[in-house]
Amino acid sequence: MPSLKDLKNRIASVKATQKITKAMQMVAAAKLRRAQEAAEAARPYSQRMSAVLANIAAAAGSDGDAPTLMTGTGKDQTHLLVVCTADRGLCGGFNAQISKAAREHARKLLAEGKTVKIFCVGKKGYDSLRREFASLIVERKELRDVKKIGFEHADEIGRKVISMFEEGEFDVCTLFYSEFVSVISQVPTAQQLIPASVETSEDVSSSAIYEYEPDAGAILADLIPRNISVQIFRALLENVAGEMGAKMSAMDNATRNAGDMINKLTLNYNRQRQAQITKELIEIISGAEAL
Amino acid sequence: MADSFNFELVSPERLLVSSEVVSVSIPATEGEMTVMAQHSPVMTTIKPGIVTVNGVDGKKDQYVVFGGFADILPAGCTLLAESAVHVDDISKDELDSRIEAARNELKDAQHHEHQSKLEEFIYHMTSLKDAVVE
Repeated sequence: MPSLKDLKNRIASVKATQKITKAMQMVAAAKLRRAQEAAEAARPYSQRMSAVLANIAAAAGSDGDAPTLMTGTGKDQTHLLVVCTADRGLCGGFNAQISKAAREHARKLLAEGKTVKIFCVGKKGYDSLRREFASLIVERKELRDVKKIGFEHADEIGRKVISMFEEGEFDVCTLFYSEFVSVISQVPTAQQLIPASVETSEDVSSSAIYEYEPDAGAILADLIPRNISVQIFRALLENVAGEMGAKMSAMDNATRNAGDMINKLTLNYNRQRQAQITKELIEIISGAEAL
Repeated sequence: MADSFNFELVSPERLLVSSEVVSVSIPATEGEMTVMAQHSPVMTTIKPGIVTVNGVDGKKDQYVVFGGFADILPAGCTLLAESAVHVDDISKDELDSRIEAARNELKDAQHHEHQSKLEEFIYHMTSLKDAVVE
């Protein structure tokens, strides 16, 4: 049985923890709003990009001179998994979900006899994938000290992926990230980056007959790498929003748990105090009676 | 009054401009071009340079863009810039640092194609710098 003093100390410590989790929740809420705004601001670009890409792919694809980034190498022996996770923990199952999806995908590929390479973006994914696939991780990138994710960060990753592709280090590239659905729901998603999956729209009205300057092939060659960076950028932004959402609900839970714990401890404390008072009274009374 | 059309300038980070304009001058790779309403559909890549927007209200706005491409339709024009800044907000230092970064990259560049692309970029950036500093 803990003494009264022990209980008092524990209550104080749980209260301090509750204050911290409460503060973290509020910080996450503020950051979430900003992250959501950033994700929304980036949306027009990626939307237009895919519209233009679909258009141009329909025009250039028929010529059969589409770049290999789009058609692929024709093999699917070596797979590159780009796993985007957060750099910080304390956000519930957010990171674990993404790395679990990546791990299952990697296991499946390995079972099929394929070669797997992993590119970790974010510290947490690296930490958890390292245990099983240490030898497969070819590259890692941390965005820990980046305050606000800009396009240049995504572009850097995109360029690294493309240069690896050009050197023939892999045939298929899949991006793992967490899609932000709502504050309480983030869905781990796998998206194929290379070969680029372009939905060619059947809509005739949108595919007007364009003039291309310089020519369709050259524009496409310029566009596809950029599209990869844009996709990565979008994934990173979704991830930040998802991380903050997950952190917010995790911290909300923690705050509530701390509240429950304080209630329980306080009840215990009061009960013991009462027991002690009763005990002291009995001692005094029985002492007085003995006289 | 001249016909107007919808012009949008988008960078990966945000939508910079979306308004009715009379004409827009774009630094296309094959030479400067001015887009007006009812322009025939053109898709073109863009080199680093200055985009001049002439709004319906006669206001003139200038933006510095660093590469990208433009999607021109009779009904409107969308400019997808790799990065875009209002001309008032750009500083010489920023341009210098971008040129410096490109130069450093040039040193490490392996492919001949990549090298010539970077050289071209540096050339455009330097001429852009001269234009902005004036």
